Amino acid sequence: MRKVAVVGVGQTKFSSAQEKTGVELFAEAAMDAINESNLKPGDVQALFVGNVLGDFSEGQGMVQAFITDNIGAFNIPANKYDGACASASMALRDAFMLVASGYYDIVLAGGTERAATMGTPLATRTFAMFSDSRYEYPCGITFPAVFALLAHLYARKYGLPLEGLKEQMAAVSVQSYRHGMFNPKAHLHKEVTVDDVLSSFMVSTPIQLHDCCPFSDGAAAVILASEERANRLTDRPVYIVGAGQASSGPLSSQQDYLPRFRAREVSAKQAYDMAGLAPSDIDICELHDCFSIASLIAAEGLGFFDFGTSGQAWQKGQADIGGRLAVNPSGGLKSKGHPIGATGGGQVYEIVRQLRGEVEPERQVDGARIGMTDTLGGDGGTICNIILKRGW
Amino acid sequence: MDYKLTFKEYSQALKENRLLGLKCRQCTTITVPPRMVCRKCSSPELEIVGLSGQGTIETFTTAFVAAEGREDEVPYTIVMVALDEGPWLMGNLIGIEPEKVGMEIMGRRVKLGHQVFTGDKYSAGEAARPIFSLED
Repeated sequence: MRKVAVVGVGQTKFSSAQEKTGVELFAEAAMDAINESNLKPGDVQALFVGNVLGDFSEGQGMVQAFITDNIGAFNIPANKYDGACASASMALRDAFMLVASGYYDIVLAGGTERAATMGTPLATRTFAMFSDSRYEYPCGITFPAVFALLAHLYARKYGLPLEGLKEQMAAVSVQSYRHGMFNPKAHLHKEVTVDDVLSSFMVSTPIQLHDCCPFSDGAAAVILASEERANRLTDRPVYIVGAGQASSGPLSSQQDYLPRFRAREVSAKQAYDMAGLAPSDIDICELHDCFSIASLIAAEGLGFFDFGTSGQAWQKGQADIGGRLAVNPSGGLKSKGHPIGATGGGQVYEIVRQLRGEVEPERQVDGARIGMTDTLGGDGGTICNIILKRGW
Repeated sequence: MDYKLTFKEYSQALKENRLLGLKCRQCTTITVPPRMVCRKCSSPELEIVGLSGQGTIETFTTAFVAAEGREDEVPYTIVMVALDEGPWLMGNLIGIEPEKVGMEIMGRRVKLGHQVFTGDKYSAGEAARPIFSLED
């Protein structure tokens, strides 16, 4: 396998409902990534793009083909990925593997989505399509409800009083909102307190409004290059040193592991093993905090904290900038936003810019050398992890 | 290879309050919801069996926000039940006010009934769903 580097990244602002098309959003992010890479669109040999709900949000399928034409990467092969909220990370992983294998030298990967455009009722319906449509959706399962089921399981399994767990969950949201305040591309710019979280609207017990990420519109794009090409394009390549992906069945089929996700632990192990790294080596992680409880479950599944203890870690600042590792300095899905097909691309965008030392000083993780992404699709149906390392 | 117990057959039986599952001829594990192979050993040698419909609540939530088309159903309680035969099954809990369902419900014994989700434009038809109620 050849070494593969990120040589350019781009991201639109993640936002509430807006009027640019999915193709337009991705084109903006893609051109930023291409320009930053000192390349032209015609240099891109293949496109890998996450886009899950374009058919519902704007009546647009097969968005990948139209993107190639729109940005002037004429007639290149283009693949679209649907791994629910993990789609862009799947796209990036495949792109990475095909450059590593020697098949391509320069590829474009990322994702685009107009989740906010759908409005809450349709977005809630379509997100529920990532649960089992025949055996679980008839019960009225929604995404908040999935993580609400896990929150109660988590409290019981680890012997935490629910009130205490809810305070820990609120601490996660407070931290994410605070980081998002300093991210100009974040969807939400709002400071909240633990009391604000605990007094917000009840969505699905015990998950309240400020425990939930928003539905967002947005796109993110990444240019990957072989080591040889990367060295000619940039003096600051960020290498992908590990990647993993794993799958699981419907929520009830995961009974032996819940509230842990087996797919995450399989995927993360692949990524750590490929990189020859351990959780203790990670300086910064953008992890899949679709709900506050999801952050606790993710941080434990990735090996950062012992099972049942990550809420305390958040409360003590160990998951904050300056702590044991910095989790979601972008604001995470909670504050930066969650345009589902683009989310993994947004995570890589943040890690790369953090490793380059380019983000706003209020949320820059000084001296970060190794970063990781964690992206979860559905109720653990698809999980991807990517580890990135500064190449200078 | 033919699918042993399709959703349609499972749903039809549930409409008669019969919960069907699959018993593995290799390892005796019970699988439900049905699938192609045993959930433990992946053997396709399965036989259809009737299950008791009795079990224990493992976790729950009461939803106050529903998907498009189901707004009239809120609030409703979703439970994951560990059936006495082993597998977990998602269903709804009735016979108790949804707003009053709390942590104390975990571990309570339940028995099975059913309701029919009539389906929406995305769902390829109706689906019987498990409805649980407390045993005592």
